[in-house]
Amino acid sequence: MRGLSVPPVILPAPFAIAATIAGSLPTLWQDFAQTILKGAIPGFLIGAGAAFGVAIAIDRSPFLQRGLLPIGNFVAALPIVGLAPILVMWFGFDWQSKAAVVVVMVFFPILVNLVAGLQASERMQRDLMATWGASYWQTLVKLRLPAAMPFLFNGLKIASTLALIGAIVAEFFGSPIYGMGFRISTEVGRLGLDMVWATIAVAALAGSALYGMISLIERWVTFWHPSQRH
Amino acid sequence: MKDTLNSSPPVIEARGLNLVFQTADGPVHALKDLNLTINRGDFVSFIGPSGCGKTTFLRAIAALEHPTDGTLTVNGMSPDEARKKRAYGYVFQAAGLYPWRTISGNIRLPLEIMGFSKADQDARVERVLDLVELSGFGKKFPWQLSGGMQQRASIARALAFDADILLMDEPFGALDEIVRDRLNEEVLKLWARTGKTIGFVTHSIPEAVYLSTKIVVMSPRPGRITDIIDSPLPKERPLDIRDSREFIEIAHRVREGLRAGHLDD
Repeated sequence: MRGLSVPPVILPAPFAIAATIAGSLPTLWQDFAQTILKGAIPGFLIGAGAAFGVAIAIDRSPFLQRGLLPIGNFVAALPIVGLAPILVMWFGFDWQSKAAVVVVMVFFPILVNLVAGLQASERMQRDLMATWGASYWQTLVKLRLPAAMPFLFNGLKIASTLALIGAIVAEFFGSPIYGMGFRISTEVGRLGLDMVWATIAVAALAGSALYGMISLIERWVTFWHPSQRH
Repeated sequence: MKDTLNSSPPVIEARGLNLVFQTADGPVHALKDLNLTINRGDFVSFIGPSGCGKTTFLRAIAALEHPTDGTLTVNGMSPDEARKKRAYGYVFQAAGLYPWRTISGNIRLPLEIMGFSKADQDARVERVLDLVELSGFGKKFPWQLSGGMQQRASIARALAFDADILLMDEPFGALDEIVRDRLNEEVLKLWARTGKTIGFVTHSIPEAVYLSTKIVVMSPRPGRITDIIDSPLPKERPLDIRDSREFIEIAHRVREGLRAGHLDD
């Protein structure tokens, strides 16, 4: 970097970023706890749970399928820069509004994948269930949900990155004086680019960890799927 | 011969059965004026070209399709009632095992759905695994077994809950001839041991003649029965019975029946 004379404002040297990380662990941890542990993860879980419930409701009723999917699509298409300020107004500056943004962002991709997954069992397998006199719920639990798992995990993986983006960006529109989004926006203003990069590093690590955790659970749940057999 | 000895009521009885599918290209007459009586312990093969309604008839017996007209009874009940009483095990062309369950887990599945006790489930799984010669493979997953073994597991699954009727829709259609011969022999042994009534759909004349006590020859457009042959072959059938005079005569009659069906086209 020094050889190319890149100014530290454009790109701080890696060792400078590492030094900042080492020197600001308490701040970085507080930001991480606020944004990831309180905003992104609870929002992700609530959004996934809601998508799961709605997917079952949609499955039971073709009327809902025609009604709810377009509404879900509409909400998912709302730009986050419009949505986040509104949700901050509704739920306050603290993590609740960030979790709400995340819920809205992860809900639709999980829903769409799960609805598709519930259609993924083969006709023959459903016929077999019918010849055994299986009820709707038995067929759902023993056949259709397991068959939907590879789809569900696709949705969850896409949603995990969206959750991170949502939780960080939502802090741009109002937050307490900590949080990863708050840190990035204020440090940019102060030209504290080493801190911005340190926060980005934490975000990258957190995103990879979340994605990796979902992949691990996926391997455990869908070990039977051709894509997971090694 | 069996008919005269056996005075118990028929297991499956179809009278004036019609089944019409409504498709985008207009109605398709899948079954036309079917009359057929199947008695307890019969091994009945349905043979005919694609579109002759053999699979549709089997599905109608299992209440997976619903006739438009005529009567169809299974054990004196409607197919829907018989299904609720778990009257039949169904074996499809593909094994259709659930990849997330072991072989044992797959065989256990209908038992779980029907609410058998845990101990009973274990005992039944062991028994049918033994019956289809898959003992020791219970802990394997379906994708770890060959196609023939998977199909045997699916037969075990259909046998596990002791339905008296076994419906098999081209169960060995996707397998090579060597495996198929062996499985045909096994099915015959199974039939002799369990005394079940078997409905068996096939494309193969030798398979139909080798296995059946009754051969139903069908033809397409509209799907109908052109001949019903009561086989004079003995119940005990070694594979080389296929070179016997009687066998060849029956095979010839089946072929004639299939040809007659096509002449009307």
